[in-house]
Amino acid sequence: MSASAPLVPGYPQTPALTAARLVLSRDMTLAFRRAGELVQPLIFFAIVATLFPLAITPEKSGLRVVAPGVVWVAALLASLLALEFLYRDDAHDGALEQFALSGQSLTWLLFAKSIAHWILTGLPLAIMGPLTAWSFGANMSALPGVFISVLLGSIALSLFGSIGAALTLGVRRSGVLLSILTLPLTVPVLIFGARATQQAIQGIDYTAGAQLLGALAILGITLAPLAAAAAVRISLE
Amino acid sequence: MSSLELRGEGLHLWRGDRHVLRGVSLQLRGGQMMQLTGPNGAGKTTLLRVLAGLAYTEEGSVFWRGENVRKNMHAFHAELAYVGHEPPLKADLTARENLRYWIGIRRPLAAAEIDKALDDVHADREWRERPVRTLSAGQRRRVALAGLTLTGVPLWLLDEPTTNLDTAGQTLVTQLLEAHVARGGLAIVAVHHELGVRDVPLQRVELAA
Repeated sequence: MSASAPLVPGYPQTPALTAARLVLSRDMTLAFRRAGELVQPLIFFAIVATLFPLAITPEKSGLRVVAPGVVWVAALLASLLALEFLYRDDAHDGALEQFALSGQSLTWLLFAKSIAHWILTGLPLAIMGPLTAWSFGANMSALPGVFISVLLGSIALSLFGSIGAALTLGVRRSGVLLSILTLPLTVPVLIFGARATQQAIQGIDYTAGAQLLGALAILGITLAPLAAAAAVRISLE
Repeated sequence: MSSLELRGEGLHLWRGDRHVLRGVSLQLRGGQMMQLTGPNGAGKTTLLRVLAGLAYTEEGSVFWRGENVRKNMHAFHAELAYVGHEPPLKADLTARENLRYWIGIRRPLAAAEIDKALDDVHADREWRERPVRTLSAGQRRRVALAGLTLTGVPLWLLDEPTTNLDTAGQTLVTQLLEAHVARGGLAIVAVHHELGVRDVPLQRVELAA
C-alpha cells in the first residue's frame, strides 16, 4: 500500500504453500468429522469385489483371471461415487466463492482439494486393490505391482474427475451426468490400469503399463486443476 | 499505487431476457460508504457480485485504484472482502476453526487474533467451540462479521449484513461500518432499512426493479 493510503492496515498475504496446506487440513478435518461419507466408496468397493466370486465362480484359478478387471472396475466406480462430494458442500455454503475471492490462485487451492480427495479416497483404494487381488488368488509377489498401478491410476482418476465435478456444480442430482462426463477421461486409466495389474498378477514385467499410468497421473496433475478452476468460476457467476 | 477508489462505469448485465443492471455507474473513495437499496430482484446482489469480480457484465467495467480490475484480479481480491447473504461457514467446523481456515488462506493469522475478533462481536466463549451447525442464524452472522473484521482489507462488499441479527447485533454492524470507514476503508452495503451510521459520508444508490 502506498504512503498516500496508509489508513487501513495492510497485512501480508498468506504464502501459496501455506494456503494450500490450510485447504488440505481443512478438508481432512471435515472428512473425519463425517466418517460415514468417507467410508462409503470403500464399502462400495468391498461390495463389488465380494459379489464377483458369488456371481462368476469361487474357483481361485478363475478368479485370478478376472481379478484385474474386478479391481479396476470397482476402483473406477468407487472413485466416481466419491467425486460427487468433492465440491458439493463448498459450493453450497459459499466456501468456493471465498476461495475465488481470496486473492490466491483458485487453481492452486483446487489442486490442494484434489490432493485431499485423493488421500481420502484414492489411497485407501490403492490399499484395498492388492488385498482384493490377493483374496482372488494372486501371489504375494504380485501385490506391489497391483498397489503401484492402483496408486498411480487413482491419482489420475481423482484429478480427471475433478473436472467433471466442477462442470456439474450447477446441476442438481449430478451423479449420472458426472459419470457420463468423466467416463471418456477415465477409460484410458481403466485400460492401462487393468493391463498393468494383469501383468503384475501373471508375473510379467508391468513397468510399461505403470509408466503410462504415471504419465496420465502427471497429465491430470498439470492440467486438471486449471480446467476445474475455470469450470468453478463459471459456476460462480 | 493510486489512492483507494472503486469505480463502476456503465455496468450492463443481462440474465436471459432480463436486463438486470441498466447502466449502473458509481464511484466510492476511501472513507466513504454506499448503501444499495431497491426492491427484491432489483439486482443488488448481482451488482455486488459484479463489483467483486464474480459475475461478468455485458458492458461496462469496474476500476479499483484507477485500474480495470480484470487486469489483476488477484491483487484486487486481496484488498476486498465479500460476505453474501449466507455466512460462508462450514457447518461441521467450530467458529474458531472456520475463521482459521477462511481468513487463514488470505493472511497469516494468530489464534489470539481470532479470539479477539470473536470477543469484539460478542461471541460467547461457550458457543465458539461448538460446530457451526448447532448455532443460530444470528450467531453464525456474528461469526461472519468477526471474519470480515479479520480480513483487514480496505474494501467491504456486504449483502444484507444485518439479516437474522438482534437489535444489539444490528448496532454492532453499524459500529463496525463506522469504524471501518473512519479508518479510511470503503464499504458498499446492500440493505433495506436505515443503518443509522453517523459521521460517515453516505451515498445512496437506488436500483429500480
